[in-house]
Amino acid sequence: MAHGPRIVRLDQLVIRPGSGWARLPLIAGVVGVVFTVLSIVLAMGSKESTKQFFHSWLVAVVFFLCIGLGCLFFVLIHHATKAGWGVVVRRLAENLACTVPVLAVLFIPVVALGMYDLFHWTHADAVAHDRLLQVKEPWLNETGFWIRTVIYFVVWSGLALYFRNASRRQDDSGDEALSRRMARFSPVAVALFAITLTFAGFDWLMSLEPHWYSTMFGVYFFAGTVVSAFAALTVLTLAFERSGHFRGVITGEHFHDLGKLLFAFTVFWAYIAFSQFFLIWYANIPEETNWFLSRLHGTADNPAAWRPATLLLAIGHFAVPFFFLMPRTIKRNRTLLLIGAVWMLVMHLWDVFWLVMPNLHREMTFSLLDLTSLLGVGGLFLATAGWLLSRGSLVPSRDPRLVESLAFENI
Amino acid sequence: MGLMTLDVPEASAGYSHYGVLARFETAKALYRACEAVRDAGYSKWDALTPFPVHGLEKAMGLKPSKLPFLVLATGLTGAGLGFALQSWVHILGYPLVISGKPLFTWPAFVPVTFELGVLGAALGAVLGMFAFNKLPTYHHPLFRSKNFARVTDDGLFIAIEAWDPKYDDRDTAEFLSGLGAVEVEHVPIDDPTEDGEAGGAG
Repeated sequence: MAHGPRIVRLDQLVIRPGSGWARLPLIAGVVGVVFTVLSIVLAMGSKESTKQFFHSWLVAVVFFLCIGLGCLFFVLIHHATKAGWGVVVRRLAENLACTVPVLAVLFIPVVALGMYDLFHWTHADAVAHDRLLQVKEPWLNETGFWIRTVIYFVVWSGLALYFRNASRRQDDSGDEALSRRMARFSPVAVALFAITLTFAGFDWLMSLEPHWYSTMFGVYFFAGTVVSAFAALTVLTLAFERSGHFRGVITGEHFHDLGKLLFAFTVFWAYIAFSQFFLIWYANIPEETNWFLSRLHGTADNPAAWRPATLLLAIGHFAVPFFFLMPRTIKRNRTLLLIGAVWMLVMHLWDVFWLVMPNLHREMTFSLLDLTSLLGVGGLFLATAGWLLSRGSLVPSRDPRLVESLAFENI
Repeated sequence: MGLMTLDVPEASAGYSHYGVLARFETAKALYRACEAVRDAGYSKWDALTPFPVHGLEKAMGLKPSKLPFLVLATGLTGAGLGFALQSWVHILGYPLVISGKPLFTWPAFVPVTFELGVLGAALGAVLGMFAFNKLPTYHHPLFRSKNFARVTDDGLFIAIEAWDPKYDDRDTAEFLSGLGAVEVEHVPIDDPTEDGEAGGAG
């Protein structure tokens, strides 16, 4: 209000030719390929390391997939609510969401090869002697798993590409009907997203321990997804700003709002995580409690085992960021907000690790493959994101609500 | 912005009128005027608008509200009391074994602790807002101005109080006119000896 017209130089809205962003696809791509190859070489070492590789790779792919899907969710909600404030960060989210097709390519072959090592319910001899797995067979069978997995990726990729393309078409034409069309379609897209994300969580993570079930797991997976996406968007935007982009476009007001959403979904995650634990703990039914017992109590010779990991999650994913991200001054301070966002990304990685790894190791174990897989998938993820970002304007330059977003102020 | 500095009646002792009230036509004019009043060094004044004007607190040079600290404190107090109450009930007051669990089963206490935390924060926010705004206030000298009724419609006002150290009957009024005020008036102060007519606008 009353600041006069804001002048934005056009070179703030595209990646500058000489900046690190222009080299990002190449550098990240090389890192990604090198570490992917290294992971595969390490995986060949022994039967044990092959098994480790599949688990490490699943953690890495799911971690980056969460960022992409959470960004897709941000775009969908943005259109569904016809939001004005976040138009300037929406293009970044649109681009990150379009990494999903690449992650599908990284997910499907590896999980197809590692099916037997990852999922106990694929062992026919085990199912033959297990009443519970027999009852679950209509859902937990390989044909169904792959049909569903393909559906998830098709739906997500389709949505991500549709919203990115429509938004980019508007950059050229300035056609406001595109905004209306996206807003009309987005509620349907939100419903599709909610169903696919829930069942993907069930299939890929919950079924690692096939006896266990939690109807809340889909929401838990969703909460972590959105936390990681807002953290990633914050880091990305701050990085762009530091490299001299977005001057006069993204202001402290937008960072304040990203910080608020990060804080809100951190609390939401804790609410869901505790509710899930609480109901299972209270009801005390053996096939449900087993999943938490393996994370809260260890083995006979090492009673701690995964317990420190669980405590770290409770403290690091909730207690610390709850108080750290609460004050207004921290959300408006770029350095402190960056620390908070990076911290939440690390904690989300820890969350995915904590969901997957107790399936493989009864005690908390780290492997070199965890690191190489993360760098491999992360490199390819960043290369894709960097390439997508370099393909056009960094903001929806002719969105009808862009002016509102540029002038946005928190009350 | 509704945050009135109601130092009446203590501060008003010995003053013949409350101060100067100036009306502005547009939010933009008001915003600029607030910046000028702030820069001129006035401290006992307020802007009054029928709708929130974004960024006005910056133009007025207001310090951030202390309310968040109060809300945090009452929220933590509520949560602490909720936890303490349940601990006392289950361990000391009525020690009953429920579904084979120990007496001190903290996870079971979390929902009530959380809800009382929310209740404490909500009460702190609402009551704190009332207290910091000195509400309820049943009457205010500005209600003596006929013009001021427009503050609930389309009127944007700046009121500078007579006990501001920089205040001068004539200079302040001229200063506000110079900032683009369309109407400037001196608002009389309530005379406690007057009868009920004083609260005319109430």
